[in-house]
Amino acid sequence: MSDLQSPTNTTAEGTRTGGKAAEEAPTAATAGADQPTATPRRSLLPSSTLLRHLLVLLLAAVGAVVLLEITDPFTNSQLATLTYYAIAAGGLTVLTGMNGQISLGHGALMAVGAYTTALFLSADEPLPLPLILLAAIVTATAVGALVGVAAARLHGPYLAGATLALAVGLPGLAIYFHDVLGGEQGMRVRAPRAPEAFDSFISAVSGNSATNTKWLAYLGAICLLITYFLLANLIRSRIGRTWRAVRDQEVAAELAGINLGAWRVLAFVVSAAAAGLAGGVLALVVRLAAPSGFTLVLSLSLLTAIVIGGLGSLLGALLGSALLVFLPPFVTDLGAGWGLDNTEAAQLAPFVYGVVLIVAMIFAPAGFVGTLRMRWLTRRAKRAAAQPSRG
Amino acid sequence: MTVIAAATAASTLAACGGSDDGGGDGGGGGGDASANEASDIGITEDSIKLGAHFPLTGVAAPGYSEIPTGAQAYFDCLNNEGGVNGRTIEYIYRDDAYNPTNTSQVVNQLVLEDEVFAIVGGLGTPTHSAVLDFLNSEGVPDLFVSSGSLLWGDDPETNPYTFGWQTDYESEGKIIGDYIAENFPDAQVGLFLQDDDFGEDGEAGIREYIDDQIVAAERYTPGNTNVGPQIAALQAAGADFVVGFNVPSYTALSQLTALQLGYDPQWFYSNVGSDPTLVGSLLNNFSQGQVSDASLLDGALTTDYLPTVDEPDNPWVQEFQRIWDECGGDGELTNYRIYGMSQAYTTVQALQAAGQNPTRDGLVEAIEIAGGDWEGPVLAPFRYSEDSHMGTSGMSISRVTGDTTEEVVPVQLTDIGDAEIEPFDGEMAEVPENGIPNEESVID
Repeated sequence: MSDLQSPTNTTAEGTRTGGKAAEEAPTAATAGADQPTATPRRSLLPSSTLLRHLLVLLLAAVGAVVLLEITDPFTNSQLATLTYYAIAAGGLTVLTGMNGQISLGHGALMAVGAYTTALFLSADEPLPLPLILLAAIVTATAVGALVGVAAARLHGPYLAGATLALAVGLPGLAIYFHDVLGGEQGMRVRAPRAPEAFDSFISAVSGNSATNTKWLAYLGAICLLITYFLLANLIRSRIGRTWRAVRDQEVAAELAGINLGAWRVLAFVVSAAAAGLAGGVLALVVRLAAPSGFTLVLSLSLLTAIVIGGLGSLLGALLGSALLVFLPPFVTDLGAGWGLDNTEAAQLAPFVYGVVLIVAMIFAPAGFVGTLRMRWLTRRAKRAAAQPSRG
Repeated sequence: MTVIAAATAASTLAACGGSDDGGGDGGGGGGDASANEASDIGITEDSIKLGAHFPLTGVAAPGYSEIPTGAQAYFDCLNNEGGVNGRTIEYIYRDDAYNPTNTSQVVNQLVLEDEVFAIVGGLGTPTHSAVLDFLNSEGVPDLFVSSGSLLWGDDPETNPYTFGWQTDYESEGKIIGDYIAENFPDAQVGLFLQDDDFGEDGEAGIREYIDDQIVAAERYTPGNTNVGPQIAALQAAGADFVVGFNVPSYTALSQLTALQLGYDPQWFYSNVGSDPTLVGSLLNNFSQGQVSDASLLDGALTTDYLPTVDEPDNPWVQEFQRIWDECGGDGELTNYRIYGMSQAYTTVQALQAAGQNPTRDGLVEAIEIAGGDWEGPVLAPFRYSEDSHMGTSGMSISRVTGDTTEEVVPVQLTDIGDAEIEPFDGEMAEVPENGIPNEESVID
């Protein structure tokens, strides 16, 4: 697993919720992690991980509602786009950041989720939406488990190659079975209308009009919050610690009685489940599941998002996804403002994204979140080192 | 949904308002700007905002990215002459990289942020499919989609705001099939098809006429650059006449592969895949310089529904050349730019027909009422009516000779289904002054 053992992993891992576990040495991060200590800043937060995450979830939900209500409809639609990128990137960051496995095939797993959603919605009397999204998750999980079994035996570039084949090959199935899956042109998705409760909720909260765009943005936000809540708990649990053990020291982990293969498959399965949900949300937001929407570029974009944001960090995955969604239109508008014609302005966007990626790798190799945390940790360590000498 | 109902009600009111104030005296030319009002989203007293999505980056960009530059040049020249009814056209086109996920984002941006009056000329079947429902549910006119799929025009009840523009692939297939049946009755025909609607519709059209002559139908998947098996299968089946419904890069690939296999049938490429200039540069690129121009295509047959750059005597081409020289950017006038300009021309016809103070619903109504009679650079008339939103109805057949083409069969008209093929008896439309149409308002 050496390829992914960049400094990123050891610094950006773990604890994005409240920065609580920051001061825990890796060895102490097990049993006593949640016991209150003398540090005063802790006392404001609940001591239980679950309660703390619930609190963050609640705050994030309020934040999401505020954000969606103060922004214009177009930003709403961009935020809807952000949610499916972020859900998939969150799953990928668990796989790559926590467990050290690289996947270039998450775009294909999203395709599985998207097509499942499209198929279920094309029924004459479709099931309720939550059930359909659940079906998308289950199908993607099943595919992920299959891939995971193979992935558990592969390392580094070999794993990248195998998952690359998935990304390239799987969308081709939609063309091969074009009678069922619509071929190159894809399956059109009619997103179910918002329930009436949603209309009254929006008019009670802000008085804005409850458009379909807004409904989809809320739907995405709900899925995103639930996914991140579950993933955050998983990362902070015994499972997350085991994944990190497998990632950092295979031999030591194996000696400690950890079945490397089984834990790697589990990481892949969890990650695939997130990708499946992301695909389902994508199908609803884009209103289409077509092979050209799930190219290799999608898988690579997800990978760049988590690398820029900071591997292993859910907040980093969110920030990286935000960059994917907001940077290209921003740069294009900027370019148009400079007097470039529309074509040149459009060509500027991928260029600037590449530059940002390179600059980030030079000056913040651990990603946004990882680099910030590293700074913070260094300062704390210095202060901690200074204190005993004074006392 | 209530919102949409409200929006429709608002635009209906606006339509009524327009008729009270400025209606009746609309029409072409510069017009009188004093009676203008902001009659709908994207319309102000002195501007009309239009949006489009094209692949400006990525694999589909070569060729297709030139279409909006042509349209932009046309609108710029139009604005210099005073625009439509005193309103200048603000044309915003955005990049979707031929990825439907991006299309949905950029069209959201065009409709919700830029607040365009209408989408014009959005390119691609899978890409535009992603926004078809959105545009129709928001009531945004979705004019002149740059794709020959049947989706845009054959079901106006489901998609009342969407209009096709170019000849659909099925009609094109019928005209090709009829030509082969008449002129090559003994040919053993092989089909080389893109494995999607494009190839499917084309095949359906051809089979209506020469089902018994077809000895093989081979399909390729876009993205897979090895077409050896398909071309070898056509050769093995004994096909001496190959019809290709494919995109330009696969024209180049099929030519190179046939060259390697020593296979030399009569080729017939549908309009989409036959632009000699682009195919020539692709051939050069794919063969790493060993084949330097489109000479391989010499003698191949193709179809046209627009004048092309290799007809320098055509008055439309001359006018487009003038527009490109005066208002265009870098580069030469190409067939793709002519396509963009012709689309822009039809758009201006639609805006003029929609009256002094156009509304979204009024624009759709105007095209349904008047669109069937419009003349312009397009060789055959449009089929627009309340029952059909299909675009132009016919094509001519021509032969590639070197870098130019010569006409083999003049324009013929047909329609989807079992409609007959008839010769077109109309004349080529005259070029109006400054290349700006002059349609009467049909909305009162």
